[in-house]
Amino acid sequence: MTEKRVGVIGAGVMGRGVAQNLAQSGFNVVMVDISESVLDKAGKEIYNNVRFQGFMKKDKSQVDNPDTILSRILFTTDYEQLKDVYYVVENVVEKWEAKSEVYPRLDKVCPEHAVFAVDTSCYSITRVAALTKRPDKIIGIHFMNPVPMKPTVEVIKGWHTSEETITITTELLAAMGKDWVIVNDSPGFVSNRVLMLTINEAVFLLQEQVANAKQVDDIFKKCFGHKMGPLETADLIGLDTILYSIEVLQESFNDSKYRPCALLKKMVDAGLLGRKSGKGFYSY
Amino acid sequence: MNTEAIIPKLNQFVGQYVNIKEITTDLDLFASGRVNSLFAMQLVLFVEKEFGFKVENEDLDYENFKSIDAILGFIQRKLAAA
Repeated sequence: MTEKRVGVIGAGVMGRGVAQNLAQSGFNVVMVDISESVLDKAGKEIYNNVRFQGFMKKDKSQVDNPDTILSRILFTTDYEQLKDVYYVVENVVEKWEAKSEVYPRLDKVCPEHAVFAVDTSCYSITRVAALTKRPDKIIGIHFMNPVPMKPTVEVIKGWHTSEETITITTELLAAMGKDWVIVNDSPGFVSNRVLMLTINEAVFLLQEQVANAKQVDDIFKKCFGHKMGPLETADLIGLDTILYSIEVLQESFNDSKYRPCALLKKMVDAGLLGRKSGKGFYSY
Repeated sequence: MNTEAIIPKLNQFVGQYVNIKEITTDLDLFASGRVNSLFAMQLVLFVEKEFGFKVENEDLDYENFKSIDAILGFIQRKLAAA
């Protein structure tokens, strides 16, 4: 059990997962969000998620008590509560305006030695670092959803990220039960650059009537042994998010190979967003 | 609350996720692939709200919720103990 306190900024899907994972690993967590009602929902969801971890387990002695886990998390709208954290994981909405508002505030209130991890799937870590006076202490961690269930994260080293920051980060991740792959900063990192381009190309195949959705996915699953095909994955992530991510890549690289497929744009315009809207490449 | 009062409520809730007419009451809903863990959470919250008791952590077990029969038996045991 560690006495170390970690700040988690943003109580959305990713923030909740990170806070739960940290609390279950023995950390004390300060969870900050601008909305009381979002914090309230986050607390309830973390409580229920911990409760349900025992559902499929025969041996209940290995199951955490949800009250104990929740007692390790302070839910607050007050940034001042972050004054003694040694590490911050920021998970606010993927909008530059939101990120650029949060970092100067963190920089002001957190101790000088505190490391800030940007939990993002698209923004440049180097660009985020420029919002602070501690660019050597900024690093990227691309957590996967649901955070407590996914064993590996993508860690992104910004231009100025120091070796010490990497060591502190990997120690924290090890304590959370995570493994990691460290890559250099670049738009989309490794994960999204390859995945988004693959999905976009799969949509071109549909558009050109080379294959239907099931055929495309079957080739990935049955021939390559992937758990899901690219189009099923797109439905899971949400077609609007896919389109947005490709547009960010296109804008960042100024390279036409990232141009979004017309069919993808059309489907987003038509409200066919995947699982969340009930229809995408498949019906749900 | 007797069995006759519990069954329609239970069927109505489970019926939102699976076609009740297609299943037997002893079918393992999870093993049959008809529902997922998200259903489990909704089911437990429903049982707590509808029947007015708290599902304790030790009760939060697959065996208590795997089929219509199992859920019914669990609710009856909890109500009898209350």
